[in-house]
Amino acid sequence: MSSEQALNAAVLRSDRFRLEREADWIRLEDIVTKMEKGKARRLSDDDVLALPTLYRTLLSSLSIARENSLDAGLIDYLEGLALRSYFMVYGTQSSFGRWLSSFFGGGWSRAVRAIQFDIWVALLVMIAGAVIGYILVAGDSDWFYALVPGNFMDARVPGASEEALRGTLFGAQDEGGLAVFSAFLFSNNAQVALLAFALGFAFAIPSILLLIHNMALLGAMLWVFAQRGLTVDFVGWLSIHGTTELFAILLAGAAGIHVGRSIAFPGVKSHLKAASDAGKRAALVMAGVIVMLICAGLLEGFGRQLINNTAARFGVGGGMLLLWLVYFIGFGRERRGPDA
Amino acid sequence: MSGSKAVEPWIRHSANPKLDRIMVTPEGVALNVTIAAAGARAGALLLDLVIIQLISILVALLCQALAVLFVMGGAAFSDSDGPMGLITIVYFITNFLLLNGYFIFFELGHKSATWGKRAVGIRVASRDGSRLTAEAIIARNIVRTVELFLPLSFLGSVEAGGSLVDLTAWAGLLWVLMFMLFPLFNRDRLRGGDVIAGTWVIQNVKKNLGDIVAPSAATTAPDGVAPTARYQFSDADLSVYGEYELQTLENVLRSDQDDALEKVATSICQKIGWEPGSGDERIFLEAYYTALRARLERSMRFGRRRKDKFSAEE
Repeated sequence: MSSEQALNAAVLRSDRFRLEREADWIRLEDIVTKMEKGKARRLSDDDVLALPTLYRTLLSSLSIARENSLDAGLIDYLEGLALRSYFMVYGTQSSFGRWLSSFFGGGWSRAVRAIQFDIWVALLVMIAGAVIGYILVAGDSDWFYALVPGNFMDARVPGASEEALRGTLFGAQDEGGLAVFSAFLFSNNAQVALLAFALGFAFAIPSILLLIHNMALLGAMLWVFAQRGLTVDFVGWLSIHGTTELFAILLAGAAGIHVGRSIAFPGVKSHLKAASDAGKRAALVMAGVIVMLICAGLLEGFGRQLINNTAARFGVGGGMLLLWLVYFIGFGRERRGPDA
Repeated sequence: MSGSKAVEPWIRHSANPKLDRIMVTPEGVALNVTIAAAGARAGALLLDLVIIQLISILVALLCQALAVLFVMGGAAFSDSDGPMGLITIVYFITNFLLLNGYFIFFELGHKSATWGKRAVGIRVASRDGSRLTAEAIIARNIVRTVELFLPLSFLGSVEAGGSLVDLTAWAGLLWVLMFMLFPLFNRDRLRGGDVIAGTWVIQNVKKNLGDIVAPSAATTAPDGVAPTARYQFSDADLSVYGEYELQTLENVLRSDQDDALEKVATSICQKIGWEPGSGDERIFLEAYYTALRARLERSMRFGRRRKDKFSAEE
């Protein structure tokens, strides 16, 4: 019996409704199944173009069927297919390349600008942390041992001679294995940054503590070098990768604070809505933080050991800082776009 | 969408009604979804961790094999600028990518699910029905660092031995438990990452389009009459049942088992006062189903629905 005959013979109006449309449903199911199996590339252009239309037709079929048909099996099928095709039509943007280009082409810098307030807070916290570290160690050098973990304490301890300290800054350190070193530094720093962000979950307090602790370590170290008049050289040594790395940690901390602040003070939104809005914005910033930490790892592993004078180190560090600032402040601005 | 949601007849009531939710698509059509149960989530995570561990071991073995090859080829073992250094870098980066990238990579795909999630039939979706963005996937998986990997590394370092052994171990354990049990304390089974990312994890559905329930009503016998036409039901015969009974009958017809058909045919005959025949149950039931459905659908079109045999006809 041909489908035409079946249609005419169908006794129930709701069965006729189904027979008129099932070819489209089956086509849609076929497309969706292929996409789910990762064979989207094998779809014909016609099928790709038809997907949104078929999906909307299916939704309207479902709405009609709910009001007109008592065929529970049919409604279940439509319901399931609607959900599956919804995921295809509104799925994640499948092309990773496209996401990447939108990310670098403005998505990242916009996200950074959107959390401006939190960046200032994080910056304040970091400066405060460094100052606290410096003052504590200046008051009582025993604090140094409390602040700085053992593996950083080689020659860099309070009371070390100028030569010893200078050695750590410019010394002919074993240049072998720089690449390994930078890879190690990267995965280490990246975990710390991820932590600073993720801890924001608990109302941002752990993120702030983490920032203070890390910066207090830096402040303590700074005091040790300042005692021997090596402040400028130390800052130079630090700046070559530090401008990038500290900036990345600043952003990670700010992202954490942003999420924590939104959970604590959601404003007119619900707590959950505020948390997820902030979380998505912060996640973009975090993806960028990873990129920055890769740069920092390379600079630290190679640049710092290979460039052995303070002026050049300041040059590279300052250049990197300028580059980041120009990118974050100037890039991807929408012409009079809504920036809220 | 009018009226209170509780009375909309299309809302699904599954085995565990606590996990039933409504998700409204951007087109404004509400769809039934089912939240993934906590057990399914835990199972999926366990599977994923095992997979990650296996890959990690594989990479380590591969790196070792390569190292051995290079050493036999004459490379110095301690020369970290040579091939050894390269192997170490590959190892570091692979491990980092594996821990942080595995979940993100698979959840960005069309199935929005890692291998573990696929195996138990669940997927990630956006809670408000909007598009699931890459940012959301990244956010929900970064939080995993704090939820799982950080405390696990605490526990790992404790095993290696240290001064604060007991305290750190207990703190780590408490931490893991806190985050692991978090999904049990909210109705949508959200973990920390889901809260931050605006996502939830729901069950996959896959339903096949069944046949027409009562096909013989539309066929014609050689003599030109539909086989079901032998049975004619009066309005009184059809007014005894509602939608619930209709759907029960639909299930019986779809599963097509002789003893069930016979039992149902007998009980319907008793109800409407017919003499149960035998040998022709399927045709009888299809005829009754078609007539009952036609009647219920007709009044449905006028906005009158009858839930089951106990509810009054309007």
